[in-house]
Amino acid sequence: MAEYSNDEIRTELGVILKEIADVNPDEVADEKSFTDDLGVDSLSMMEVVMAAQEKFSVEIPDSDVEQLKTVGDAVAYIEKRL
Amino acid sequence: MNQQVVVTGIGVTTPLGGDVLSTWRALLAGESGVRALTQEWAAELPVRIAGSLAVDPSEVLEPVKARRMDRCAQVAVVAAREAWRDAGRPELEPERLAVAVGTGIGGALTLLGQNDVRREKGSRRVSPLTIPMLMPNSPAANVGLELGARGGVHTTVSACSSGAEAIALALDLLRAGRVDVVVAGGAEACIHPLPLAGFGQMRALSTRNDEPELASRPFDKARDGFVLSEGSGVMVLERAEFAAARGARVYATLAGAGVTSDGFDMVQPHPEGLGAARSISIALASAGLSPKDISHVNAHATSTPVGDVAEAAAIRSALGSHPVVTAPKASLGHLLGAAGAVEAIATVLAIHHSVVPPTRNVDNADDGVELDIATAPREMTINAAVNDSFGFGGHNVSLVFTKEN
Repeated sequence: MAEYSNDEIRTELGVILKEIADVNPDEVADEKSFTDDLGVDSLSMMEVVMAAQEKFSVEIPDSDVEQLKTVGDAVAYIEKRL
Repeated sequence: MNQQVVVTGIGVTTPLGGDVLSTWRALLAGESGVRALTQEWAAELPVRIAGSLAVDPSEVLEPVKARRMDRCAQVAVVAAREAWRDAGRPELEPERLAVAVGTGIGGALTLLGQNDVRREKGSRRVSPLTIPMLMPNSPAANVGLELGARGGVHTTVSACSSGAEAIALALDLLRAGRVDVVVAGGAEACIHPLPLAGFGQMRALSTRNDEPELASRPFDKARDGFVLSEGSGVMVLERAEFAAARGARVYATLAGAGVTSDGFDMVQPHPEGLGAARSISIALASAGLSPKDISHVNAHATSTPVGDVAEAAAIRSALGSHPVVTAPKASLGHLLGAAGAVEAIATVLAIHHSVVPPTRNVDNADDGVELDIATAPREMTINAAVNDSFGFGGHNVSLVFTKEN
């Protein structure tokens, strides 16, 4: 029951990143690294994960967060678990 | 005279105004920043008045920055930005810049708010920013980050003298030559049912709920407690030599400070104000002045029955009854850990503009007061002034400011 398409997940992620870390939505592309390209520090990343869990109603265990290095990683991860 | 310390920048956000100009104007006009609390949670409280900020910090700060700070850090950053700008943004090595910002309570809104989140939604929903937001050094640390200070970031915690103690600490740091500039002050923001209930249960707060603007009445016979307020005051202090070398505008000299403790009771002041009198005398000695030199006192006077007369006794015994006294909490309410800093700035402005701001609501001065209280603005040359701050725990801090020559 995927309520969100691949594009919609990326867009919603952009909204979250804007609110939490002031990331320009135009910058939110699959190849972008959260830390290196978008300037999301570790505490902000924890907040992004929390917001994403709530938004998409998915569980993202801490052990998986480390794999989510790029926007594309996160979009694919969430899409798979919707 | 290379140990002189001068005030070169000031910034505040208070219930009277979002900056120095608006706050000072309202103070001079004898206005009140105390209002009825209209929030739903206030309805069941015995005390339903407070001095909330005139300008919400979220209107001033960048949203992403603001959401990473407790309100008490937000107000500190707002005041520090104004002070830094006002000082002309001194250029110096970051290692020669320190910060000292005190708070009485710290990030109480975050602590209480996140505990609500934990109870209602579970611990996995608690914000990862909780600790950096609630820790009491957060206002100082945020100011330090804002300015890139690397010469030390300090937090004084001595209840309602925290802000003044930060300024006293800054004086020590500068006199010792440890740094060239210290950004010093205090911050508080805890208007929330729990602190209101706690202070209320101590019977420390005024319950004049129907007349908020008349509730804070230091030295007046009909006073019945203080009014909880929020805000921040921050000043830029420099070694006089450093300030002169960069051609900085100087408001006043921070000539001395005295810090003592009562060793008497947790919350009651010594009835004769012995610890307070001693802090005034030590501050005078530190400034190399004698009682007759002091023409103005900016009093701590919170509007509690016991505290105000004890302070009056301390002022009379340490200085005499000649200084013209003002009690700005009549207008501001009590900013707790920010009070000393905001009132130190009012003292500096009184010297700078040669006018003592009035104390509103003194209809009948209490018998035990016997001081010359300015109930209207008093224009006068002020060569030297004392600013008092005291706190639960028996803390006493007195600062001496002098006119810059």
